[in-house]
Amino acid sequence: MLAALRCVIHRDLLLAMRRRSDVLTVLLFFVIVVSLFPLGVGPEPGLLRTIAPGVIWVAALLASMLALNRMFAADHADGTLEQMLLSATPLGMIVAAKMVAHWLISGLPLVLMAPVLALQFDFPQQSFGVLMLSLVLGTPALSLIGAIGAALTLGLRGGGALLALLVLPLYVPVLVIGTGTVEAAAAGLGAGAHLLLLSAFLVVAAAFAPWVVAVALRISVE
Amino acid sequence: MLEAVDLQCARGERTLFSGLGFTLRGGELLRIAGANGSGKTSLLRIVCGLLAPTRGEVRWRGDDTRRLREEFWRQLVYIGHANAVKDDLTAAENLMVACTLAGVKVSGDRVCTALRRLGLAGCESLPARVLSQGQRRRVALTRLALSEAVPLWVLDEPFTALDAAAVEYLQEMTAQHVARGATVVYTTHYEAPIAAAVSLRIDLGAAAGESTGRE
Repeated sequence: MLAALRCVIHRDLLLAMRRRSDVLTVLLFFVIVVSLFPLGVGPEPGLLRTIAPGVIWVAALLASMLALNRMFAADHADGTLEQMLLSATPLGMIVAAKMVAHWLISGLPLVLMAPVLALQFDFPQQSFGVLMLSLVLGTPALSLIGAIGAALTLGLRGGGALLALLVLPLYVPVLVIGTGTVEAAAAGLGAGAHLLLLSAFLVVAAAFAPWVVAVALRISVE
Repeated sequence: MLEAVDLQCARGERTLFSGLGFTLRGGELLRIAGANGSGKTSLLRIVCGLLAPTRGEVRWRGDDTRRLREEFWRQLVYIGHANAVKDDLTAAENLMVACTLAGVKVSGDRVCTALRRLGLAGCESLPARVLSQGQRRRVALTRLALSEAVPLWVLDEPFTALDAAAVEYLQEMTAQHVARGATVVYTTHYEAPIAAAVSLRIDLGAAAGESTGRE
């Protein structure tokens, strides 16, 4: 079973390496959306510092949603998804492996890019660690929740817009806690409680989402 | 081994077939015939467990396949309409992934030998994107050559896009598999007889259930 999981992760990373443009689109989207705010709002350091956590988090959320469409669509189109449904490895495990790969491709670059973008907002440097940590815990939770929507809207016409409507409300708690973490750290309060809440979210999502996605995929493929 | 009991399939408002049943033992071959839209693919998908029948069940060695799940899928190879070949992976990589997912352990050498036997020598390390439709079908069917120990093959229109030589090779490979005591269920519009000791045929669209004939 471990061999199958390693194989799925390796396969998805390999596919991403051979189609780098897909990965770069998401990252560039994130960079551009975040950079638009200082340009639009104007160069007032106090205001920029205030909005920085919210802007970075909302942009990360939108970017991770942009990547959701791709999670299963290509596999569905060429029939490899059917083979995964008929695999000797439980589908939930395969989905979990795909999520790991998906986060490495679309989540990790956002986390690494965030501090660079935060510089535009005159964001206090001692809080960079917390900002990245909040994204490390938050973006996989977003991908896990989003995957449920992606699986449910698989193969539907106009699935993209429906997916956004379905998934964005579910992102709200992660967004609130995520920005709360960064704000607390920037204000000099401890971010510990917020980080624990985010971790709790991630643990619950990681435990349940793959199995819900598995059921949703079976329904969609029927 | 494989048993279908009182299957009914409805797509939308239309009932494709109902009261359909068959029993296949090891070493038996079943061809499902019928016009376009008569439910051949749906029946194969029901047999595999990709589609839930509106009534009835499929049993493997006496147990409902929907309860066996992975236990059943481990013993099944399904080649569908879609080739399940990733454009950006090479033929060999595609097969390694497919076999690993199916729980079949294969080495790189075996994959290359099998590809060569299906006339894909020199294509092992080309991305599938550059292969022709027929070559991709051959890549998909190479999985069969690597799944000789798997006791149930379900093939949906396996001969599509193949040339005469490949059709002949596939017929031979399937016949050998049946002779080994495995079960094969397939659909085709081609008149490509596969030699088997026991060969059954179901005609969908005709009065289902009564049309099961031993040829």
